[in-house]
Amino acid sequence: MSETSTRSSGAYGVLGAGWAVVLERLSIGPVWLRKAVAYSLLAGVLYWIPTYFVSYQVNEYTRIMTFALAALGLNLLTGYTGQISVGHGAFMGVGAYTVAILVTDHGMSHFVAIVIASLLSFVLGVVIGLPALRIKGLYLALVTLALAAMFPQFIKRFSDITGGSSGKEVPRLRPPEGSGLVQDQWIYYLTLVVVVAVFVVVRNLVKSRVGRALIAIRDNETAAETMGVNVTAYKLGVFGVSALIAGLAGGISVLREPFVNAGLFNIDLSITLLVIVVIGGVATIFGPAIGAVLAEKLPRLIQDLVAGRFPDFDAERFPPVFFAAALILLVFAAPGGIMGAFKRIGAEGRVQLIQKQMLGRASHGGSGAPDTPA
Amino acid sequence: MSEFLQFTFIGLGRGAVYATLALALVIIYRTTGLLNFAQGEMAMFCTYFVWFGYDKGLPLPAAVLVGMVGGFLMGALIERLLVRPVSKKAMGNPLPIVIVTIGLFLGLNGLAPIIFEGPAKTFPVPFGDGTVSILGASIPTRTLGTLAVLAMSVAVLWLLFQKTKFGLGIRAVASNAESSALVGVPVGRMLLIGWGMSAAFGALAGTLSTEGALDNTLMALPLIYAFAAATLGGFDSELGAVVGGLLIGVITELLARYGTIGGYSVGQDLKLFPAFLLILLVLVFRPAGLFGTGEVKRV
Repeated sequence: MSETSTRSSGAYGVLGAGWAVVLERLSIGPVWLRKAVAYSLLAGVLYWIPTYFVSYQVNEYTRIMTFALAALGLNLLTGYTGQISVGHGAFMGVGAYTVAILVTDHGMSHFVAIVIASLLSFVLGVVIGLPALRIKGLYLALVTLALAAMFPQFIKRFSDITGGSSGKEVPRLRPPEGSGLVQDQWIYYLTLVVVVAVFVVVRNLVKSRVGRALIAIRDNETAAETMGVNVTAYKLGVFGVSALIAGLAGGISVLREPFVNAGLFNIDLSITLLVIVVIGGVATIFGPAIGAVLAEKLPRLIQDLVAGRFPDFDAERFPPVFFAAALILLVFAAPGGIMGAFKRIGAEGRVQLIQKQMLGRASHGGSGAPDTPA
Repeated sequence: MSEFLQFTFIGLGRGAVYATLALALVIIYRTTGLLNFAQGEMAMFCTYFVWFGYDKGLPLPAAVLVGMVGGFLMGALIERLLVRPVSKKAMGNPLPIVIVTIGLFLGLNGLAPIIFEGPAKTFPVPFGDGTVSILGASIPTRTLGTLAVLAMSVAVLWLLFQKTKFGLGIRAVASNAESSALVGVPVGRMLLIGWGMSAAFGALAGTLSTEGALDNTLMALPLIYAFAAATLGGFDSELGAVVGGLLIGVITELLARYGTIGGYSVGQDLKLFPAFLLILLVLVFRPAGLFGTGEVKRV
């Protein structure tokens, strides 16, 4: 199979997942049916990817999933609670390095190491969350930015443990005997299970009392406190959980790429995570997933496009500029990111539907069961 | 002793660069109340303007002037086209501002190598690479030159802010934009000039921090130190930015030379750590910084 044809079918896969979201948002058919169709389509696409693509492409999708996971953690903190972090790459780094060190130098099992890495990230998140109780808004962004800048320096300084700039090789986690899976498929499905589980947990969390408390803190801290929300506990907790998810993402990223080095977890990574959240949609569940797909797929697509049109131009340099422009444009045109835009379209569709029904009812004398919109 | 003195001076020289960039941050904070995460990249971009002038055969001081003028125009444009509409739309929500300045950060960082193609540019070292002997320590002339430029910048800024009508206007806008507009201060123009001036200072800071070469990573770390400097000194105080910058410069250099953390020497690799710690401690225990005025908020 030629490279271009696999790439374009990759685009079909992405489109399939995209349609799932569109279907879920549009107002055609009853809600349960819409959801069932959308989620089965999504599940099908996600299951189908590693059976179809070649190894490096499967690894790319695994990578997208880890980014989506880390961005989901960031979204919990920045999107839902309004605490801006430009430093989540550092938590990913903590997760990845903990797994790398525990597995390589202490012979621990990958799974135990990932659990320990997540817990350590949680503790670190709470520690960073403590000063964040007093530091707000732009200043918190500043502190976390400095944290992200400092992380690679720590790795370099303590190179006898971390491997420093030359990095550290980690033993691979082999697929279980008799599973019939090859390395990249095994890691893909493993990552998929973790990512889906965390997405479900976070979705339920933000739809619960906890989620409402977080949003209340974001929208008006004083009012939230007056209403009886324990602001301190929630803020510390969400910082910890957010760091835990990012650390978990970093930890499982070592399964795919069994190598860590100081350059991997730099400021750029932290900024990329924030960009993913903003492009996908702040304070949405699917936003980070969509943002991660775009952040990974679009640069290559644009680069190929530019290279095709202008062969003399150094096309590799173009994607960052494009992303910067897209980011700034989004703030003006669609502050809610792509999911925000979907929601708006969906909401408008529902309003039109209701209007139509009401008009119909008025002219037909109000017969038929009332259709309650979601 | 002479070694200590020497590292102190190296720290002062570095600190003067941080202070210059911190001044740029302070100007923006004073006029618009924002932290500009793109300040470093704006400075880097303006330094390319300086290089452009120098490459076309201008003497360095004239080239710096070209860079500052170019920077002023760039800053003014950014304020008018991006920052003003966003701050209006954001209504106190910090996220859109962070996103736009980070977008600028990425954009300028990506644009610089596209517009100014090719490998890192060779850049003249301002004030040469000679040394002067003071109390047995050999101090680079460029450290002294950088300090002199910093002193001049502060003097000019102080005169501008405290002794001119324009400065009064800027201070009025910073403390209460609505009331200033009511008494006839042209608020929009003040903000525009503030951003322009700040970017122009970036050109100066960028030129001072080059060490013979210029590429788009020039200001990545100095920005963090400059933020530390402005935090320590207080975001609304020029004097604070200068004292903060010099302190940060000296502290990081001395710690890099002599400091240890749990048996590990700090060294060149961990230089950001004290800066990070200072940012954190100051923001927690004295958010207004050493020289800043505290904010009183009505809820």
